[in-house]
Amino acid sequence: MIYRLVRYVDTRTGQAPVLKKLLRYVFPDHWSFLLGEIALYCFVILVGTGIYLTFFFDPSTQQTIYHGAYEPLRGREMSEAYRSVLDISYRYKAGLLIRQTHHWAADVFLVAITLHVLRVFFTGAFRKPRELTYYAGVLMLALAMFEGFAGYSLGDDLLSGMGIAIAYSVVMSLPVFGANLALLIWHGPFPGTTEFFSRLYIAHVLLVPIAIAVLLTIHLVTIVFTHHTQFRGPRAREGNVVGIPLWPGYLFRSLGLALAVAAVLFLLGGLVQINPVWEWGPFEPSQSTNGAQPDWYLGWLIGALRLMPGWEPHIGHYTLIPNAFWGGAFFPTVVFGFLFAWPTLERRITGDRGYHHLLDRPRDAPWRTAVGVGFFTWVGMIFFAGSSDRVFVQTNIDYESQVHVYQALVFVLPFVAAWIAKRVCEQLLRSEAHPLRGPGGGRVRRTPAGGFERQSAGKTFSE
Amino acid sequence: MRGAPRLLPRRQAPRWAELAVLWALLLAAAAAAAFIAVYALGADTQWLGLLLGLAFALLAVGSVVTGKALVPQEQKEEERRSLDHDMDDLDIAVYVQEADEGITRSRLLKSAAGAAGLTVVGALLVPLASCGPFLDVEQLRRMAWRRGRRLLDDAGRPLRADEIAVGAMVPAFAEGVDRKRLDASLIVVRLHEADLRLPRQREGWAPHGILAFSKICTHAGCAVSMFRYPLFSPKVPKPALVCPCHYSTFDPARGGKVIFGPAGRPLPQLPVTVDERGELRAAGRMSGPVGPSWWGVQEG
Amino acid sequence: MRRLALIVLLLALPATASAQSHGRQLFLEGCASCHGFDAHGVADVGPDLHGAGASAADFYLRTGRMPLDVATGEQPLRSKPEYGESDIRALVHYVGSLGGPPVPEVHPERGDLPEGQSAFTTYCAGCHQIMGEGGVVTGAVPPPLKDATPTQIAEAVRIGPYLMPAFDEQQIDRRTLDSIALYVQRVVKHPPDRGGWGIGHIGPIPEGMVAWLLAGGALLFVSRLIGERTER
Repeated sequence: MIYRLVRYVDTRTGQAPVLKKLLRYVFPDHWSFLLGEIALYCFVILVGTGIYLTFFFDPSTQQTIYHGAYEPLRGREMSEAYRSVLDISYRYKAGLLIRQTHHWAADVFLVAITLHVLRVFFTGAFRKPRELTYYAGVLMLALAMFEGFAGYSLGDDLLSGMGIAIAYSVVMSLPVFGANLALLIWHGPFPGTTEFFSRLYIAHVLLVPIAIAVLLTIHLVTIVFTHHTQFRGPRAREGNVVGIPLWPGYLFRSLGLALAVAAVLFLLGGLVQINPVWEWGPFEPSQSTNGAQPDWYLGWLIGALRLMPGWEPHIGHYTLIPNAFWGGAFFPTVVFGFLFAWPTLERRITGDRGYHHLLDRPRDAPWRTAVGVGFFTWVGMIFFAGSSDRVFVQTNIDYESQVHVYQALVFVLPFVAAWIAKRVCEQLLRSEAHPLRGPGGGRVRRTPAGGFERQSAGKTFSE
Repeated sequence: MRGAPRLLPRRQAPRWAELAVLWALLLAAAAAAAFIAVYALGADTQWLGLLLGLAFALLAVGSVVTGKALVPQEQKEEERRSLDHDMDDLDIAVYVQEADEGITRSRLLKSAAGAAGLTVVGALLVPLASCGPFLDVEQLRRMAWRRGRRLLDDAGRPLRADEIAVGAMVPAFAEGVDRKRLDASLIVVRLHEADLRLPRQREGWAPHGILAFSKICTHAGCAVSMFRYPLFSPKVPKPALVCPCHYSTFDPARGGKVIFGPAGRPLPQLPVTVDERGELRAAGRMSGPVGPSWWGVQEG
Repeated sequence: MRRLALIVLLLALPATASAQSHGRQLFLEGCASCHGFDAHGVADVGPDLHGAGASAADFYLRTGRMPLDVATGEQPLRSKPEYGESDIRALVHYVGSLGGPPVPEVHPERGDLPEGQSAFTTYCAGCHQIMGEGGVVTGAVPPPLKDATPTQIAEAVRIGPYLMPAFDEQQIDRRTLDSIALYVQRVVKHPPDRGGWGIGHIGPIPEGMVAWLLAGGALLFVSRLIGERTER
């Protein structure tokens, strides 16, 4: 029966040879290569659950009075957008499940991408010939962050509305043309008009998903063209690929991962509450709540906005750089600039212009690992600074002191971390190249955790 | 060339694996069926998520066990094809450039094509200009407050001076103005007159110690909804207006000066006066631009 | 009849007198070191309690904020009350006798829940967070509200303890206060967690932790199961 199907398709497309190659395509099977797939499956679930939500969501800021099931908001004036999210959550049977699954998928999408980027960076997978794959990936990271922000802001609740106000301020803060751009996007001064919501909506459900899909296609196609990287092994070398063929082995593994991602997301979607907008209430520009935060993947930006001291240089009639610019625009530009520039920078610094199909272990490239550790420590510290108010709540370490400490550490800790990382890498390498001899003559080596382990048995005293 | 797949020792697919996959699939079907039943009978979100998640988890187990234990386990080794096609790349470049042959004004034509392309694309983008009044930045300077405008409380009633006790925090709005406008909302507080340290040009701006400030933070536009006022003074932080977003802290006694946090401009103060009915009215314009800073903000 | 009333009065008099003197006794033992033997306060240490009223005494004693167990100038925090019920009554009676507002009457059941949600958002959420989970202001930690009784809510609203502003009846009338107390009773104490485990009701910080630790952890575990480790 399968033969008949294949025959049918082949006689109409002539692609049997391609299909045959595809089915035998070899996948190196290290577990860390699955991180990108986790992201991919999160994206699939985002699209699926997202489509369902568009069947119920109303992207309009037209005001209405709520008469639904959630008692504390009965009689309250709110936008149709917010009202429709309340209805999805309270009125439609699986609405809340799908909504929460969608939101968890977004959060986990970015967890997977982050882990994947870290893996790619620290193993040097971005080197020639995979720069195109890498650039597509970094672009997708940026788009995913924007997409998530747009998605949860569509609900027009108190928490996300505050975030939109901040986004408006960041756009306003761009030198020279910031205010013009803000007026263009918001169709007037904040809070803007319902057209702003239409734009946010169409960006979120059509424009950005298409952009991500295109970049994803480029990402996957270039991976197929260059074939996946692999770690050095007894049989794995630069000139070959060792792994599992797509059919049957890898397909079932991948499918299993996809199903596991779906399982985790639906379990979270039903059992762990996320963004309970009815508890926040509708957004009003003149209102705010304590403890408002953006979704986790924008935590680095709130940290930056909070840490920046209140400089706002003027010249004559102009405010050169409104304060929000530093944390909201300059900082992310530097971070993404670094990510984009790194392959070229590394090539220039090391002078290495060759092909690399074998991955480095982090210790194999001490400089890259050190720079990476320093850089991500810098970003990570700023990220944690963004939640230091809740740390104050839990530990009573006062907020202003935390801010001052972070402001100092942010310049010091990355260098310390980089230095430590470099030393660790060099130590590990040295211990491999010149292994210690244990008492019986066996080899002893350093482990990444810092301890020692026996690598090969030697004689014992009794032998 | 392509390496032959190396089959790992082939044995009978282990029985446990076959049974495991079978059970996983049957239980997944049961969970999915239960999901449908729960949905029809009342649909509790937690049960729906648990059942659907379980169904997928069981399918996942089935798939992974199939992949790792059931189907023949193979390791394959394959040579990578070279990515370097130097001669082909050169051929393509030459082939493309050959189209130039016999054209005398080739460079001129290319420049003209570039210019035409850019302008046409530009023309296509121009309708985006209707998206907003991007040339009218003066809109950002518009002021809801002018002399004589009445302050309304949250319930929409005129705000009376005698309703505001020392240490109170009162949100207020401009009468007749859309509340959603950033320039319409105020936060009114009252200090002891003896504690005021206003700049000299603001004498008289705070009758009875009543201070009115724009409620919109000059850092990033959040509503300044926190007012700390000590019940018993010594050794505690002095009165301040604090924004919950990034904790910009403003000193009302000194006219909204920034005393902590990332805000780059003081919180604009509105001079108020008490009219003959005891109601609060604006006595002039705000001390500075309302809302987050931008290029054209000129701080007085 | 009048004789009966006189006898009752004569019997009650020592009781009230002793209640007051019991309260004053407790005051001298436990409070005077900061508030002065005459309750007129000690400069830079403790405020004058004349005019504070039974309301303040009731609030501070029942929430265990007084006696102060942090240094003067630090935020008094809710803790286990130091005094038992009858002692608290005595102290409240004594401080009340120095003048000031009585313990407020608040009736959450007469309030309107939507009005409470709206008022809470306008007046309280900026510091205490929209779900009453507590928050931060530079210099203090506005506490979470789930342990607060309606009376304590009303007391705090009128007093404005530590760095909290005070809201009098002209600003938040009795009906609105009832509604706010109702909101705390119904929503803050019994959060409508229709979506499952509420994880703190403060939004993205615990959500991010779940995404990383629960989902990330689970999926990393699954990846390790599915994939291989490096060939040796």
